Amino acid sequence: MSHLRVIDAERCVGCQLCMFACHRRFGKGGLGKSAIFVRSRGGMSRGFTVVVCRACKEPPCAAVCPVDALRVRKEGGVILQPHKCIGCGNCKEACTLGAVFWDEEENKPVICIHCGYCAQYCPHGVIALVKEE
Amino acid sequence: MLNHDPLQRVLYIDLTRRSFRIEHRPDLFERYLGGAGVASALLLEECPEGADPLEPENPIIFAVGPLVGLFPMASKTVAMFKSPHTGNLGESHAGGRSAVSIRMAGYGAIVIKGASDIPVYLTIFNDKVQFHDGRALWGMRSDFAARATREKESGSGMRTIMRIGLAGERLVSYACVITETYRHFGRLGLGAVFGSKKLKAIVISGKSSLPVVDRKTYKKAYNDIFQQLLTKPSLKKYHDLGTSLNILPLNKICALPTRNLQKACFEQAEEISGEHLAENYLGRRIACTHCPIACIHLAALREPYKDEPYFYKTTFISYDYELIYALGTMLGIGNSRGLMYLLNEVEILGLDAISTGVVLAWVTEAFQKGLITEKETMGLKPAWGDYETYVEIMKKIVLQPNEFYQAVAKGAEYASELYGGKEFALAFGKNEMPGYHTGYGGHLTFLTGARHSHLDSAGYSFDQKFLGKEVPPPEDYANHLFAEESYRQIISSLVICFFARGVYNYPTIERLLKIAGFDFSEESLKGLGEEILKQKYRFKFREGFSLDQLRIPKRILETISPHGRLQEEFIRKAIAAYKRLLS
Repeated sequence: MSHLRVIDAERCVGCQLCMFACHRRFGKGGLGKSAIFVRSRGGMSRGFTVVVCRACKEPPCAAVCPVDALRVRKEGGVILQPHKCIGCGNCKEACTLGAVFWDEEENKPVICIHCGYCAQYCPHGVIALVKEE
Repeated sequence: MLNHDPLQRVLYIDLTRRSFRIEHRPDLFERYLGGAGVASALLLEECPEGADPLEPENPIIFAVGPLVGLFPMASKTVAMFKSPHTGNLGESHAGGRSAVSIRMAGYGAIVIKGASDIPVYLTIFNDKVQFHDGRALWGMRSDFAARATREKESGSGMRTIMRIGLAGERLVSYACVITETYRHFGRLGLGAVFGSKKLKAIVISGKSSLPVVDRKTYKKAYNDIFQQLLTKPSLKKYHDLGTSLNILPLNKICALPTRNLQKACFEQAEEISGEHLAENYLGRRIACTHCPIACIHLAALREPYKDEPYFYKTTFISYDYELIYALGTMLGIGNSRGLMYLLNEVEILGLDAISTGVVLAWVTEAFQKGLITEKETMGLKPAWGDYETYVEIMKKIVLQPNEFYQAVAKGAEYASELYGGKEFALAFGKNEMPGYHTGYGGHLTFLTGARHSHLDSAGYSFDQKFLGKEVPPPEDYANHLFAEESYRQIISSLVICFFARGVYNYPTIERLLKIAGFDFSEESLKGLGEEILKQKYRFKFREGFSLDQLRIPKRILETISPHGRLQEEFIRKAIAAYKRLLS
C-alpha cells in the first residue's frame, strides 16, 4: 500500500504547487478543493508546514461522523461517500492535524486519498508517495 | 472569457467614505487581458488629468490576469498609480502571494481611491471587505506591522499582506509597498501613495475554483509548461543562486556601476557576489505562489548582542542583484555583513532599495565635492564603504529633520536641482538608475521605458549581444527595444514572471489563453502589446512627459562602458526613433 508522506518540510519553498495539483485532479484551476495545505510557520523566514492527512489507522474524523460518510480504508485514512455526507463539519473539528479541509462550494470535507498526484509536481523533494508494508 | 470567470469582477474601494462596490467589467479583460493592460486602462479612467499623486483623487490600481491560478509562474500583480516620485506614470510589479490571493478572492482588479482621516488597514476576504482601525499599527516597522496583522487576521497560507513602513507614512517619494516580507512593489513610490491615504496594510485572501474550456486539454497543457519550466537551464540558475548570479559576470565586463558610476567594476565584487553569499549565508529559499523556481534567497545573518556574551539574534534578509548593486557596489560596500545591514534597514523602513542606494551615492559624491556639508547632513560624513553612516542617513531621509533631508526624500533628481551635482545625479525620467552600465541599450531602456525600469525593454541584455563587436545603428536599438517592450506588455498583462518569458512565447500564450476562454491570435497579441504600450505613453504624455526633454546624466557619457565611451548624439537619435515608433 502507498501513502503520501511529508519527506522533509525543511526543503519546502512555499510554492504551493502541490495544492494546485490536488485541485487540478478535478480539471479546474484554483485552490478551493485542495486536500493538502502549505502555510508559513508565522512569517516566511521561518519556513513552511505541510498539512496533509497521514492516513490514521483509527481516524478520529471517521469516529465522529454521525452518518458514516467517511469509510475507513484498511490501509489507513478515509474515503468520503459524498451522498451520505450532511456537511456537519464534525470531521474537520476532530482532526488533530487540521488535515480535513473544507470545500465551500459543495459544503463537504476534502481529505487526501493518497493518490500521489501532488507529489509529481513537487520540484523540491518535500512530499512523496511512499510504499509501505 | 468564460461566463463565470471571477476575473471580470473589479472591486472599487473608497477610503474616504469607507464604502466599496463590485462591478463586472468583462469589457476590460476581453480587450486587455489583465495586468498592465487592464491597469493602464483603469488608470486613464480613474486618474484625473493633473492629479496630485498624494491627494485622495490618485487611484491605486492592482490587476492580475486570466492565467493566474491556472498556470505556473503567472504570479505577479501589477500596481498602477500616478507616481509621487516622477509625477507621472507609476507602475510596479510584485509577486509573493499577491496575484493568486487577489484571483482567489474573486477579482481581476482592485481600485482604491479616496483617503482615510485616520490610519486604517483593509481586509478583503472574497466579498467581505472591511475597514479596520490602523492607528495601533501607524509608526510601526513594516515587519512588525505585518506580524501584528498576520496574527490578528485569518487566512494563513492563502493570503497576501501588503504593507508600508515608516517611509511610506512619511511620504518619501520612493517608499515601497512590501508583500510577504520579501517581495516589493518597489519602484516609483506606491508606498507614499498608501501613506497619503493613511492606508497601512491590505490583507487579501480567498478560495476559488477557476473554470477552463476543456479539462483534459488544461491538464495536458499544464504538464507541458511545467516540464519546460523545470528543464530550462536559465531558470535553474535562478533557483541555485538567484538574480545575484549576475554580479560577477557584469563586473567582469565592467558594466557594474560602482561608487556612483565613477567606475563600472568593483574590486571587492567577489565578497558580495551571489556565490559568496550562498556559500556563507544562504539560509532558505522561498517561492512566489505557483512558482517552481524559488528564486528568492534569504541570507541568515547571525549577530551577537553587544551587551551580553553568547547572546545572538538571527535575521533572514533577502538579497537580489539590484539590491547588491544599489546598496553595495554603488556605495563601495565590499563587506557582505555591512551590505546586509543596509538591506535589512531598507526593508524595515520600507524604502525602494534601488532609489535609496542611488540617492545615497549622489549624497556621498555631493559631500565629497563640497556641494553639501555637515551642516546639511547634520554632522554625518558619508563615505564609500561606511555602511554605519549610510544606515543613519537612511533613517534621516525617512524622518526628514531638515530641508536637506526633505529634498533627498524626493530623490536624486530633485535634490540635485537644489544643491547642484546634476551631472552625477543618476536619474532617468526622474527615476534612479538600475544596475547596468552595459552600453546604449541599457540606458535607452531607462530613458524610454514607460516606467524607466531596466525590465521595461531589457536593453542591458541587448547590449551584451554585441560585446566586442560593432554596435547596430540607433534606429535598430529603437526597433528592438520597442518590440521587446511591446511583447513585455503581453507578459505583464498576463502577469507572468519575466523569468518565464522563454517558455511563454506568443504561440504558447495563444494556446493557453484558449483554455482560459480567450481567443487571441499571435498577430492580435502583437498588436495588443503595442496598443498597451501606447496607452501607457498616452498617460505619460497627458501628464507632461516629453521624450525630447529627457535629461541624460553626464556621468554615463564619461565612464567607459563595455562598448567604450557612449555618445550623447547616438542616444538622442535612438530616442527620436523610439518616439516615431510610439506615434
